[in-house]
Amino acid sequence: MASLKDLRNRITSVTSTQKITKAMQMVAAAKLRRAQEAAEAGRPYAVRMDSVLANLGAKVTDMAGASPILVGTGKEDTHLLVVATADRGLCGGFNSNIARLARDHARRLIADGKSVKFLCVGRKGYDVLKREFESAIVDTISLKEVKQIGYENALEIGTRILAMFDEGAFDICTLYFAEFKSVMEQKTTAMQLIPAKLPESENREADTETLGPVAAYEYEPEEDEILNDLLPRNVSTQIYRALLENGASEQGARMSAMDSATRNAGEMIDSLTLIYNRQRQAQITKELIEIISGAEAL
Amino acid sequence: MADTFKFELVSPEKLLISADVRQVLVPGSEGDFTVLPNHAPVLSTLKPGLLDVIDEDGAESRIFVRGGIAEVDPLSLTVLAQQAIDLDELDKSWLAQEIANTEEDIADAKDEDRRTTAQNMLEQLKLVKSVAEAL
Repeated sequence: MASLKDLRNRITSVTSTQKITKAMQMVAAAKLRRAQEAAEAGRPYAVRMDSVLANLGAKVTDMAGASPILVGTGKEDTHLLVVATADRGLCGGFNSNIARLARDHARRLIADGKSVKFLCVGRKGYDVLKREFESAIVDTISLKEVKQIGYENALEIGTRILAMFDEGAFDICTLYFAEFKSVMEQKTTAMQLIPAKLPESENREADTETLGPVAAYEYEPEEDEILNDLLPRNVSTQIYRALLENGASEQGARMSAMDSATRNAGEMIDSLTLIYNRQRQAQITKELIEIISGAEAL
Repeated sequence: MADTFKFELVSPEKLLISADVRQVLVPGSEGDFTVLPNHAPVLSTLKPGLLDVIDEDGAESRIFVRGGIAEVDPLSLTVLAQQAIDLDELDKSWLAQEIANTEEDIADAKDEDRRTTAQNMLEQLKLVKSVAEAL
């Protein structure tokens, strides 16, 4: 049985842990709001990019000689898995969920006889994946120093991936990240970057009817040139979107993880205090019995 | 005929401008063009350069944009720019750095195509610099 002093020490230590988790939860809540705002602000660009691409894609897809970013290399032997995770832990299952999705996918690909390469964005994904795929990891990009993820960060990663693609280092590129649904729910998602899946313009027939002039766009330069200019940009845009979603998801996951940690600490303090009081009373009773029996013996 | 149209400037980070304007000069990759209300629908890529915007009240503002596309239809103009900086806020030393980088790109260019692209970029940047210095 732990002594009273031991119990007192444990209660103190759990209390200070609870203070830390509580503080982390509040920090995450503040950061979450900022991350959500950033994700929201980035939406108009992505939406318009999508609509332009859909517009162009409807015209160009049949054309021979379209960029390999769109039509692929014609092979699917080598896969590049870009795994976007956080740089910090203590956010529940966030990092491990993303890494697990990528890992399961990689195992399946390897079982099918394909070769697999990894590009980790964020330390935590690397930490999980290196156990099994150390030799397949091309590089790890850490965004720890970056306070607010900017488009430049996404551009850097995008340029890197495209350079690898130009060298023929892979055929298919898939990005893994967590989509932000709500504070409680983050959906781990695999998104194929290369070959690009062009967004379908919604209800295209209605489009041509109501927006007649759309078909009459003049293109400067030619459609396929614009498309070839836009596709690499779109890769970076998609990465940027994924990083923003990921940022919001991370803070959401951390917030709920820290919330339950704070609650658990509270429960622990309660039960420890109960044991402590019970023991203190037992000790007092024992001491009384000793005094009384001592007095009776006289 | 309406004398203004809707102009939107969007960067990946956020929607920068959404306003009614009279006229916008767009640095298209095949040549600069001015957008007025009821312009024919055009989709054009951009070269690095200055957007020259004249708003409802006739006030003029210039914005440095780089990389992107402009989508024009009779009622609106949407510019998707990879980077957009108001000319007043444009940092001269940053611009100088960019010019130096581009010069390096020209020196490192592996093929003729890339050299030409970088060369064009450099000329544009120098142009922007001269405008910025004239302010």
